[in-house]
Amino acid sequence: MNLGSVILDQLKRDKIMDLLKEGKRVDGRALDEQRPLSIETGVIPKANGSARVRLGNTEVITGVKIQPDKPFPDLGDKGILICTAEILPLADPNVEPGPPTEEVIELARVVDRGIRETEMIDLHQLVLQEDKSVIGLFIDSSILDADGNLFDACSYASVAAILSCTVPKYEIKDDAPVLVEGVTSKAPVKTLPVSVTMARIGDYIIVDPTAEEEACMDARITITSNSEGNICALQKGGSDGFAVDQLIRCSEMALSTGTKIRKRFEQLT
Amino acid sequence: MTQLMTEDGIRCDGRRVDELRNVSIKVGVLKNADGSAYIEFGKNKILAGVFGPRDVHPKHMANQDTGILRCRYHMSPFSVTERKNPAPSRREIEISKVIKEALLPALILKDFPRTVTDVYVEVLQADGGSRCAALDAAAVALADTGIPMRDLVSACAAGKVADRIVLDVNNEEDQEGQADMPVAMMPSVGKITLMQLDGILTPEEYKTCLKTAIGGCKRVYEIQRKALMEKYFQNGEQ
Repeated sequence: MNLGSVILDQLKRDKIMDLLKEGKRVDGRALDEQRPLSIETGVIPKANGSARVRLGNTEVITGVKIQPDKPFPDLGDKGILICTAEILPLADPNVEPGPPTEEVIELARVVDRGIRETEMIDLHQLVLQEDKSVIGLFIDSSILDADGNLFDACSYASVAAILSCTVPKYEIKDDAPVLVEGVTSKAPVKTLPVSVTMARIGDYIIVDPTAEEEACMDARITITSNSEGNICALQKGGSDGFAVDQLIRCSEMALSTGTKIRKRFEQLT
Repeated sequence: MTQLMTEDGIRCDGRRVDELRNVSIKVGVLKNADGSAYIEFGKNKILAGVFGPRDVHPKHMANQDTGILRCRYHMSPFSVTERKNPAPSRREIEISKVIKEALLPALILKDFPRTVTDVYVEVLQADGGSRCAALDAAAVALADTGIPMRDLVSACAAGKVADRIVLDVNNEEDQEGQADMPVAMMPSVGKITLMQLDGILTPEEYKTCLKTAIGGCKRVYEIQRKALMEKYFQNGEQ
C-alpha cells in the first residue's frame, strides 16, 4: 500500500466517523437504511431462472441452471442445491482473474448457507429416483460491479432467480432421467430467506455498507432470516469483534430489515 | 436416525445439555515451532504450531504499518470416516479465514511491522466442533510464542438438538441436530470474535444459544489458562 492511499483512507475514515457521531452517513442514509434495491428477473432467457440485482452501485447477475444429477452419497433422498459466486475482473480494479480468493470462497459459502439453512427449497421434492437420480439446482452469481455488501446483493439475486425459475420435468426411463418436453413447474419454495449485512464502525452499527464503509469497518456480520421471523444463518467477518449486546441488536435489525426486503420478494412470486 | 436425546435430557454421548466434552490442552508440544499446543476436545485431536513474527514471504504481502497474520486450518486425510482429499477444500479455506479473523483482535501486531505470524492448525482427528477446538489450540500456541496479546481467544459451540439448546455440539448432533452456532470470544474483554450459525432459531433461542456458547467459552478459557500455567509456572520457567 502506498503512502498516498493510507492518508486518504485515514481522511475518509475520519469523515465517516464524524458523520456517524451525528447519526449520518456519507451518502445521506440513516444508519439502518439500505441503499435503493432494484430486482429484475428473467434477464437471461437461456437460464432456467435469472435475476439482475442492483443494491446502490453494487450489481449482480444470477442464473439458475437445472439438470438431473446423481445425489450426494449420504443424501439420497434430497435434490442438489449449489450456490456459487464470482467477482468478475471487470467489477473491481483490485480483482484479477485466477483461482478464488478466501474472500470469494467465504462469499459463496455464506450465500449458499443462507439459502440452504432456511430450507428455502424443499429438496425432497427434487428426487427422481431415491439414491440414484435427483434434480440439481445450480445457482451461480456473477458480480458485475462491486461497491460493498456483495453478500446481500448475491443473496437477493439468488433468491429472486430461484423464485423466477421454471423447473423442467424429468421422468425415469430405463433407469435414466429423460426430459419431458413442454412441462415445467415452479421451484418448490417453502420460505423466503433474507440476508442482511451490517458493519460495525467504532460503536456504530450500519446496515448495507458501501465499499468505502467496508474499507474502514472494524467488523461485519451477515444474518439471514426466514419468512417465519427466525434466524437461520449467520457469519461474522472482519478483523475485530462485537459486544454481546451489539449482536442482539444486529439480530433485531436483520429481522426488521428482512421484513421489508421480503415484501419485495413476495411481489415476484 | 440415532436418537439424539433421551426424555430426561441425556444426549447421545451421555452428556447433559449444559455439559462440555472432556477438554485437555498441552502447551509447547513441538520443538521447531515458536509456539505450539495440542488439544483434545472430545474425540477431536488437534495440533497448532505458530511461527513468527518473522520475515514475510512473498515480500509484497508485507505491511509497513503492522505485522500480518496468516492462518491455515487443515484436516488430515485420515481424520474423518471417509478419507479426505488432502488438498484444501473450500470449507477449510473459509474456516482458515474465520479463525484468522477470530485471533486478530487479540493480537498486538502493530509492534511488529513488516512481519508475518503464521498459525498452522492440523486436525488429526475430527469430531464436530473442530473449528472451535482448533481456535482454542491456536490461541494457546500464540500465547506460547510470547507475542503480546490483549486476551486469549476461547471458542465453544452451542446448538439446538431435539428442540433444546445444548452446549458443545458433537459430530452426531452437528449432522442431525437443528442448529449449530460456533462462537469465539476474548473472555476478559467480553468481545465476540467469531460467530457463525447453521440452522433455524427463534429470536429467543438465538439469545439463549449465544449465552450458552459464551458460558462454554468461559469454561474453555479456564482450561487454556491452566494449560499455560502448567508450562510457565510449575516448571519454574518465567
